[in-house]
Amino acid sequence: MINTKTTKRTKATKRVGLLAPFMTLMIFVTSVMFVSAQNPAYKTPRTPDGQPDLQGFWSNATYTPLERPDNVTKEFYTPEEALAAEKTAAARENAQTEPGTTADVHYDFTQFGLDRSQATLARSLRTSLIVDPKNGKLPAITEEGKKILAARSEEAKKLGGRWDSAQANQLDDRCIIMAGPGPPMMDAAYNSNYQIVQAPGYVMILTEMIHDARIIPLDGRPQPPAAVRQWMGISRGRWEGDTLVIETTNFNGKNPFRGSTENMKVVERLRRASDDTIEYNFTVEDRSMWVRPWSAEAVMRKTMGPLFEHACHEGNYGLYNTLVGARLDEQKARESATKKDSK
Amino acid sequence: MRNSFVSRVPVVIVGACIAVAVALVSAQAPSYRAPRTADGKPNFNGIWQAINSANYDIEAHAAAPSPVLELGAAGAIPGGLGIVEGGTLPYRPEALTKRNENRANRLKLDPEVKCYLPGVPRATYMPFPFQIIQSQKHIMLIHEYASAVRTIYMADQTEAPADSWMGWSNGRWEGESLVVDTKGFNDLSWFDRSGNFHSDALHVVERFTARSADTLNYEATIEDPKVFTRPFKISMPLYRRVEPNAQILEFRCVEFVEDLLYGHLRKQPSQ
Repeated sequence: MINTKTTKRTKATKRVGLLAPFMTLMIFVTSVMFVSAQNPAYKTPRTPDGQPDLQGFWSNATYTPLERPDNVTKEFYTPEEALAAEKTAAARENAQTEPGTTADVHYDFTQFGLDRSQATLARSLRTSLIVDPKNGKLPAITEEGKKILAARSEEAKKLGGRWDSAQANQLDDRCIIMAGPGPPMMDAAYNSNYQIVQAPGYVMILTEMIHDARIIPLDGRPQPPAAVRQWMGISRGRWEGDTLVIETTNFNGKNPFRGSTENMKVVERLRRASDDTIEYNFTVEDRSMWVRPWSAEAVMRKTMGPLFEHACHEGNYGLYNTLVGARLDEQKARESATKKDSK
Repeated sequence: MRNSFVSRVPVVIVGACIAVAVALVSAQAPSYRAPRTADGKPNFNGIWQAINSANYDIEAHAAAPSPVLELGAAGAIPGGLGIVEGGTLPYRPEALTKRNENRANRLKLDPEVKCYLPGVPRATYMPFPFQIIQSQKHIMLIHEYASAVRTIYMADQTEAPADSWMGWSNGRWEGESLVVDTKGFNDLSWFDRSGNFHSDALHVVERFTARSADTLNYEATIEDPKVFTRPFKISMPLYRRVEPNAQILEFRCVEFVEDLLYGHLRKQPSQ
């Protein structure tokens, strides 16, 4: 059996000689892509009511990891190194559906847009999104944090194996919440798309997965009482010059971000750096988990709209069918055990 | 005779004057001019909510006991005069049969019970607020229930690229009204908890018109030739949530229905 993917890859390797001049051009183009459009003269457009205009469709799809890889010591790659790192990460992602494997028969990640190959990449030369601490790593975990993590892993054990119940699955498989909306807003592996719409007194950020709209009031109102806790917390915003500053607290702690607790406070800063770029910086403070606050710098890149309805829960046959399959497997095992006994 | 005729003239004139005055007053209500946005359009920004019992049944209905015994009076159905013009829905005979089956099995079949997206127009009169975020190109309707979202395209309008729960909405301004044309629905949402339903041929044209600073008139013309013999109209006021701290909160109900939907598939302790 000829595997078409393998054939294509072999051919591609043979053609490299012919492609050399083209590759050089690609590297040049790439270096232009990676250098963020830092134009100090850029004048942020305004909405009709005079707010800095962040509206449109944006992507934060990226291969830049939150934490710096162990074998990297510098803060920035050269454009060539960044492209190489991107290729390595993309190859690792696609290896999940290696030709000839069950996963590949199930579905091809690239074909169904489940990797980043069709996404608008929000590229950066950074080796990690974390800029503080300087080593690009999360700060040390507090003693309280260690206890919380241990307690969480005990709770998880009580849920049993992944297919024992719906609740034992990850939040995204259960269609409750995905990585995109945050806050902080992070690449969601695929469909990392956002729509920003502004009205007087409000900025609304809609995340494609799972149609989560964050409506951020700008009128300086206080946070609600601590009893009101939400998956996405509760956000309050203000303009500092052309920068939108959003403070979010009142998390319910059920969707830990890299270990965070309900005491997390996230401060995000969004500034339009060019027509097709928003600089997205955020600081996370959670003294129950980390010894000190930490900060990251990411990018949102203008992408093609519109966003489509991601009716995840309504079409969640995956969760249902895997639970059915697991119960059938158990039934089969019981039946074969009964047969053995009767023999 | 003559005298009495003459004496009646002023009565007639007074009567005419009253009629004109009444006509003028009633004509004034729809001609309320909404405050404008910076780009000169009627400003519908705000948090809105319907106050009626349409989500139980869009047709006129008397109060009824709770479909869930344990909930007693707390789960009982309040009566309602209905939001359908003419009182009853113009079902095709076979569709009426299906509606009645839906109604008999509402606890099993109502998409709301399963935390599915509410569809249109049901999202508008669910017992939850929704917020209008109005920009020039996009008008967003953000519903608290199930974080259902509608984008109304005021520019870059296209046909629905695929069928969906909330449909594909294109909008336009007609004087004081926002007119929203929505198609591209799937056949899975209902109009209420009473099994009133539609097919994927559903076409909804809604009109939002301000009737005062804190109320909107909402009307929708609903067309679905696979289910109904003719188009019909629904209408209701929408009320502004005027609390200074009003905001859309999360109602992420997927988590609330997992035991209902998947509980029977939970691993049983080994015997």
